[in-house]
Amino acid sequence: MSTVFPSAAPDAALDPDAKSSILGRLHRLATQFSPRFWFALALTLAVLFFGFVGPYLTGVEDPDQIVGGLYMDPSADAWLGTDNFGQDVFTQLIYGTRTSLIIGIIAGLVATFIGVVIGISAGFYGGIVEEALMGVTNVVITIPSIVVLILLSIAIDSRSIFAIAIIIGITSWPWTARAVRAQASSVRTREHVDLARLTGANTFSLMVFEVLPYMLSYIVMAFVLQLTSSILQEAALSMLGLGPSDSISLGVMLFWALLWESIRTGAWWAFVPPAIFLTLIAFALLLLQSSLDEVFNPRLRES
Amino acid sequence: MRPAESTVSQTNGSQPLLEVRHLTKVFGSRETEVRAVDDVSFTVRQGEIVAIVGESGSGKSTLARMLLRLSEPTSGEIIMDGRDVTEVKGSKNLKPYWREVQGIFQNPMASFNQFYSVGRVLRKTLALTGEKYSKDEEREKLSEALRIVGLDPKDTIPKGAHQLSGGQLQRAMIARALLVDPKILIADESTSALDASLRVTILNVLKDLRDRLGMTVLFITHDIGQANYIADRVFVMYQGEMVEQGTVDEVLGNPQHEYTQRLLADVPRLGGWGTEDESALEPASIG
Amino acid sequence: MQVRDVRAYYETRHGPPIRAVDGVTLDLEHGEILGIVGESGCGKSTLAAVLSASGPPNLQIASGHLTLDDRETVDLARSGGTPREWRGNVVSLLPQRALNSLNPTARIGDYAYDVVRAHNEKMRKREALELAGGRMEQLGLPSRVLDHYPHQLSGGMRQRVVTVIATLLNPTVLIADEPTSALDVSSQKALILMLDKMMEEGMISRIIFITHDLALLSNIANRVAVMYAGEIVEVGTTREVVRRPEHPYSKALIGSTLEPDPEQRGQVIYGLEGSSPDMRNPPPGCRFHPRCPYVMDVCTHEVPPRMDPEHNYATCWWVKKEAEQGHETGGVNRVTDERIAAAP
Repeated sequence: MSTVFPSAAPDAALDPDAKSSILGRLHRLATQFSPRFWFALALTLAVLFFGFVGPYLTGVEDPDQIVGGLYMDPSADAWLGTDNFGQDVFTQLIYGTRTSLIIGIIAGLVATFIGVVIGISAGFYGGIVEEALMGVTNVVITIPSIVVLILLSIAIDSRSIFAIAIIIGITSWPWTARAVRAQASSVRTREHVDLARLTGANTFSLMVFEVLPYMLSYIVMAFVLQLTSSILQEAALSMLGLGPSDSISLGVMLFWALLWESIRTGAWWAFVPPAIFLTLIAFALLLLQSSLDEVFNPRLRES
Repeated sequence: MRPAESTVSQTNGSQPLLEVRHLTKVFGSRETEVRAVDDVSFTVRQGEIVAIVGESGSGKSTLARMLLRLSEPTSGEIIMDGRDVTEVKGSKNLKPYWREVQGIFQNPMASFNQFYSVGRVLRKTLALTGEKYSKDEEREKLSEALRIVGLDPKDTIPKGAHQLSGGQLQRAMIARALLVDPKILIADESTSALDASLRVTILNVLKDLRDRLGMTVLFITHDIGQANYIADRVFVMYQGEMVEQGTVDEVLGNPQHEYTQRLLADVPRLGGWGTEDESALEPASIG
Repeated sequence: MQVRDVRAYYETRHGPPIRAVDGVTLDLEHGEILGIVGESGCGKSTLAAVLSASGPPNLQIASGHLTLDDRETVDLARSGGTPREWRGNVVSLLPQRALNSLNPTARIGDYAYDVVRAHNEKMRKREALELAGGRMEQLGLPSRVLDHYPHQLSGGMRQRVVTVIATLLNPTVLIADEPTSALDVSSQKALILMLDKMMEEGMISRIIFITHDLALLSNIANRVAVMYAGEIVEVGTTREVVRRPEHPYSKALIGSTLEPDPEQRGQVIYGLEGSSPDMRNPPPGCRFHPRCPYVMDVCTHEVPPRMDPEHNYATCWWVKKEAEQGHETGGVNRVTDERIAAAP
């Protein structure tokens, strides 16, 4: 009962000290969240910067340009040496990161979109609709996705970045759908949904304007998870030689390094950097995801 | 149970505004069947305040949801102003019904979408009337409704739900219903979550609406004290059935059903429980 | 039992702490039931948490002393609250929905055993069950409920059974925090009558009964303390507080209590406008002054005096002024005072 009738609204914006100066605001923002959140955010931004801004800073016109012989040691010219084709590993790493991120983002968006649409419909309608949609979802979950991925990527002719991303997206939405369904069926019973219905709102607007906003934080977090797992799935596919055929990605780099026996020849610079980058990206995103919980859930912060 | 007809003949005999016939709601399938509302019939006339009293699980909230057409009855009829509305379905077709029957709920904090301003749901409700209003007319309409319930429009319309107190939100919820000038207001435990001193002020708002605007109010509560204060007639629900109907004096003054009698005997009073009166103020355990 | 100057604050990451309990002093005789009544957010549940050592981690006890019988006085601020080893046998808590959050696969008897074993490791399960069973029979409850699972019992029965288990070790004080709020009126009455019987039989020697329901409280408490914004504004015997409340807040609280009595039909009763203050930043002077119908200039800046003897008092400037002029202040005025009037 205590939540029903709070004393005057504790609103940060009403605090005069914080509003008076820009410095005060900045300080407030900085202390609002934990150092862990800021660290995760900084790491994520650094990775994004490396992948998306990096290509413009290298001054390289063609990333596939051959700069030397096979597996040359790192040097002042090629900071991370060259790979099996004689291409610059550092340049490849920048472009590979970009490709991996693009695939991850597109696949994450596709999976999250499908998951949210199916989950919210199932949770909101309930009954037969819910049983049918969740039946489909559970079937998709039980199919080992890597097998589907392999079959699909063999079947299609052009393995472009976009095609790979879509394939990963349409095989990984079920977890999001299940999580969203559970949320939606609880939000649906809130009184504000009934109140909106009494104003004549139709089902679509109830789902989009009344239920969805209550799950936004949840969906953002689910998206970050999907993004992470999509990047790793792309790496797994590429290492099997089923990656994008038109670009370099972190997984493709590993594939060539393994194929050309970089481990046996001691050319560590060909496989260690992409492996570290994959780990780093996954680490940054998962850390961000877990600290987002704290951002969206103030109660966790207070105690 | 008192025969429903006797109560009808006691008052002025005008045509009932709302008539409910054999309304039933069954949850679950055959083995796990729960008859939440079981063959309930009653009538409500223009301008009266009727309290439906029952404990949690008595089916009173399910009844409220059916009357608001938020939940489909399993069987039975709801007749509004002489028209059977039970078969009207879908948000589009129900709009005319919601212009006549509006509701206010229990928890003011959960009844407003916290992502929008209070004004948004008010404007949406106003749009239910189908009239086209200019921005100024719209603001005037909203302000008028808010003033009726004692709120300052400037301090309410742009605010988010988290910026207002429970009492203010409950008033805003009533104002929202008033925008369409409904014939019946259904209040489902709408004062239960409020503190006692605030509760009476909300009850006074409802009473005032009846006195000044002739509004009909269906007041659903577990609290027989509130029913006594606000209602003209009291219906008692127990395990899905309506066990007693009558005027406040009849039902609370001379309860016929065993359940109503027990309810009245067990409700705590400032002076002690009914028959034990004075002794309760000095419990035997003293010293 | 003496409780002295308890102050308990909830830490917040920004700004001042929430001063949920702010200087509460209570006395409790042996065999007495003290009721604490107040509306949501007044700090009554926080007080219960402090006294029963069950507060959340961010609850800081800034000051307070607790004396129980001939035990050494505990400095609550230094020890971080009531000693945890007192839980169960000295101080026991009866919460609102006691069994709802517990493991649904454990039987009622298992809980009884857990409570007893916490203070007497040697006791065997059968002995514990016999003790609990005996208690139940003594109080007119069937002892076979010990074999039941929580979900098999009705809400009212569950709450009574938990009460018996919580008091198996004859605690010096039972702290009941809204124990009846989730129950229907008949179960409320049954619980109250059972608590009365337990006091008679000496199973409990003191009860602090916390609730928002004054009517219910008047049926069990010997004395009533009215709490507002972290402070106790009036204390008196139940009869005096209910019949002749002094503090304007108590008057409003009692005045707005609705009962199924014919004389309340068709009447207009006025409640209080506004809401309880933000406890990060309580109003200066008397904390009730922004809502008080009798507010005077002095109320807005000076803390009100405590009127009358030590066991019965009200903290109010208006009561003091009226008393000095020889006027009567006690009583409930339901309808007359236009300044309390809220409805438009």
